[in-house]
Amino acid sequence: MHELQVTERILNIAVKHASGHDVSKIVRIHLKIGELSDLEDEWIQRYFDYLSEGTLAEGAELAIEWAPIVLGCEACGSRYEIRREALASPECPKCGENDCRLISGREYLVKNIEVI
Amino acid sequence: MDEVRLIEVKQDIHADNERAAEELRARLADTKTFLLNLMSSPGAGKTTTILKTLEQMPESLEVGVLEADIDSMVDAERIASAGISAIQLRTGGFCHLDAAMVSKGLDALDLDALDLVIIENVGNLVCPAEFDTGAVRNAMILSVPEGDDKPLKYPLMFTVCDVLLVNKIDYMELSDFDMGVMLERVERLNPEIEIFEISAKTGWGVKEWAAWLSREVAGFIAD
Repeated sequence: MHELQVTERILNIAVKHASGHDVSKIVRIHLKIGELSDLEDEWIQRYFDYLSEGTLAEGAELAIEWAPIVLGCEACGSRYEIRREALASPECPKCGENDCRLISGREYLVKNIEVI
Repeated sequence: MDEVRLIEVKQDIHADNERAAEELRARLADTKTFLLNLMSSPGAGKTTTILKTLEQMPESLEVGVLEADIDSMVDAERIASAGISAIQLRTGGFCHLDAAMVSKGLDALDLDALDLVIIENVGNLVCPAEFDTGAVRNAMILSVPEGDDKPLKYPLMFTVCDVLLVNKIDYMELSDFDMGVMLERVERLNPEIEIFEISAKTGWGVKEWAAWLSREVAGFIAD
């Protein structure tokens, strides 16, 4: 729902890192986004196409790597991945306890940019 | 054909906001002002809950309210007419508040004189969960008519909150809301969360929650 603001930050970060590197065009931006996020790939790209007009990143493709939700079991210490839809029953596959905490799944990272 | 080069960035998209949130927390620690971020869906009863909660807080406590609304003043006017300092932030279409917006809003309040500021965030269970506002504690309201499935639909919101207020408890009889199922769903997502059942309309249960908040504020000020 706040794709527009997030997209603007992605654009600013990409353009900032491109400057000073003799870049004529940013062709691809690699992102890593946690699955707990509600962002939709299609919408981020659409907003990006709109916001990036006239910038170094015009026409760049957003390549999103979705990072899994990882839980850590407080009982046995094991770590395991879980689908967002399965969060209601997050039992540890090893010991069956559901005393767990979130290890990762909220990432919002611009990893790198491909430029020419 | 130009060769494609890779430039490493490794920058968190929310890094700017997180920095702004830490700066705000440092500022509030200096002025000894406890900032509570209150979130919920539209119509869950944020404004009524704030008014009823403040009635139950110690009179010596100096309180301000930061109202976020996409484009209206209705809530700020209600708060101000109860004699409480209220600042209206019109978010201009933004679906949430971030730390920079909150910090700017707080400039209009005399923080040195205030012990507690409550942010009434934009009514929305999705976006506000993603943005650290710089608050000391995050609280959310889930009202009974919304249904017991909300922890399944908006897990992040339930994960980031320190307190859950289950409001409109007076609707329970009319509803198929299953309290046991809802509590189990929430505790699985966030075993640390404090839960209070209230009716902001009748005032039922508000005293216990207000007592918890008063203790938190007193502890923060004494630190």
